[in-house]
Amino acid sequence: MSVVVAMTGEEVRPARDVVLSVRNIESFYGPIMAIRGCSLDVMEGQIVTVLGANGAGKTTLMKTISGVMDPEKGQIFYGGRDIAGMSPDEVVRMGICHVPEGREVFPLLTVEENLAMGAYTRSDHAGIKADTDMVYTYFPILAERRRQAAGTLSGGQQQMLAIGRGLMAKPKLMLLDEPSLGLSPILVKEIFAIIRRLNKEQGVTMMLVEQNAKVALEVADYGYVMELGRIVMADDAKRLLQSKDVQEFYLGVQTEEAQRGQKRWKQKKTWR
Amino acid sequence: MDILQLFVSGLANGCVYGLIALGFVLIYKATEAVNFAQGDFMMLGAFITLGLTNDQFWGLPFWISVPIAIASMGAFGYLLDMLVLRRMFGQSQVALIILTIALGFVLRFAAGAIWGHEPISLQSPIAGRDVRFGGLVLGLDEVWVIFVTIFLTVILYFYFNRTRLGVAMQAASQNQLAAYYMGIPVKRVHSLIWALSGMVAAVAGILFASKGSIDPSIGLLGIKAFAAAVIGGFGSLPGALLGGIIVGLIEPFASYYIAAGYSQIMPYLLLFLILVFRPHGILAQVHRKKV
Repeated sequence: MSVVVAMTGEEVRPARDVVLSVRNIESFYGPIMAIRGCSLDVMEGQIVTVLGANGAGKTTLMKTISGVMDPEKGQIFYGGRDIAGMSPDEVVRMGICHVPEGREVFPLLTVEENLAMGAYTRSDHAGIKADTDMVYTYFPILAERRRQAAGTLSGGQQQMLAIGRGLMAKPKLMLLDEPSLGLSPILVKEIFAIIRRLNKEQGVTMMLVEQNAKVALEVADYGYVMELGRIVMADDAKRLLQSKDVQEFYLGVQTEEAQRGQKRWKQKKTWR
Repeated sequence: MDILQLFVSGLANGCVYGLIALGFVLIYKATEAVNFAQGDFMMLGAFITLGLTNDQFWGLPFWISVPIAIASMGAFGYLLDMLVLRRMFGQSQVALIILTIALGFVLRFAAGAIWGHEPISLQSPIAGRDVRFGGLVLGLDEVWVIFVTIFLTVILYFYFNRTRLGVAMQAASQNQLAAYYMGIPVKRVHSLIWALSGMVAAVAGILFASKGSIDPSIGLLGIKAFAAAVIGGFGSLPGALLGGIIVGLIEPFASYYIAAGYSQIMPYLLLFLILVFRPHGILAQVHRKKV
């Protein structure tokens, strides 16, 4: 099986198991090819982030993994099986849970009912009860608002609810799509601290799609950079954070080279 | 006394309209489709019961044919969604509406071919008897209609708020995509909602048939129930019942106080006024869907 070669050239695989392995998938919106042969691996117990600009195909990649979209080509290996083309409820039952972009809570259901819906595929009542309490200890505000309609919560609280609802499925792998979207910097910090804690304490492997590259790389172990439906970089998160290209394109750091380039802005580096 | 009797008979009619309207709203909320055959579902439920019960057909006991009729309308709704409507996925709403209108015609003529186009009475044990409360004489059928409607409302309330599948139905109608992400089998939930609205229509049909004779064109009552659903607030289950009851109550009082010929206008005049002054209906649940 081919392994994505890091741009630095050397192999940086730690001795961990691969939880999810995406192999050369291609996904289409009608005639438009959104994912053009994308491959990546997610290691057990890690937080892996996928960075990229608008329209790079990050959300489509997640939708393809969670079964909401079917890939035309390629395989997605998870738990020893090819899950490409499975229905979303089968994928959830296998332990992959997708926390969608823009929170997508059920607005007229209460916080408690939203959490119960996260556990829809489960039937162990004691376990569901224990996990509800677990979610409330991570997000005490949700316990306070448990009888309130989810639509009346603030944006940050809705994001917490969306993550909590995802946890209710007892996932081994959690797909987080833009958890920082539309939140204040302080809330972003809070949410990412909790994501880190969930990863360490509950052992949930996370795949994180973000536009806020700095925050994502700080919390992540490994990172991929996606451009126009392809993975163009893959490396340790620490090293990506230091990489000149990532700094210039995603962190807005003005390198010396780039500053000199400002005079000749037409020659600005780009992958496109 | 007259007023009270008018009130009860209006309420009984209103309950039937309300139950049909409930079927409209159930399907609309879940699938954003409007089932214009809802009135014909009601008619079909009534005729299945009649075909099973009446002596000239199968002659089964009434209390056996009622659950069979309700169950078979449930199966009808489920299969209709599974075999026909699921294939329409991605087509425009107009196509779906035309399909349900056509389905209504098909059901009307199929029922006519099987049970005849002449009015027939259901041999129901609750038809044509009276109950007396002091000096007040009420039809047993009317009292039954009201009680069954209350009972059904309570059951549906608990179903939608206390059972996992009921809450999942709400969830799927509020945010279909998120429901997919949570692993709720949305397609099956849709089919179950069609089944549920078929069953509610069957109950409405049996109650309506107990109040008088029926013929295959009673499905056109669906139009009045549709108006009731709009008055109550399309998209609100309590609103549908309320709208049905309002329309049901207006009719007898209008015909009592207003000259014949004008009285039939009243429910639609109300519909008109509601649409002008409160376009989302009385009990509207307005929450904008994100695109």
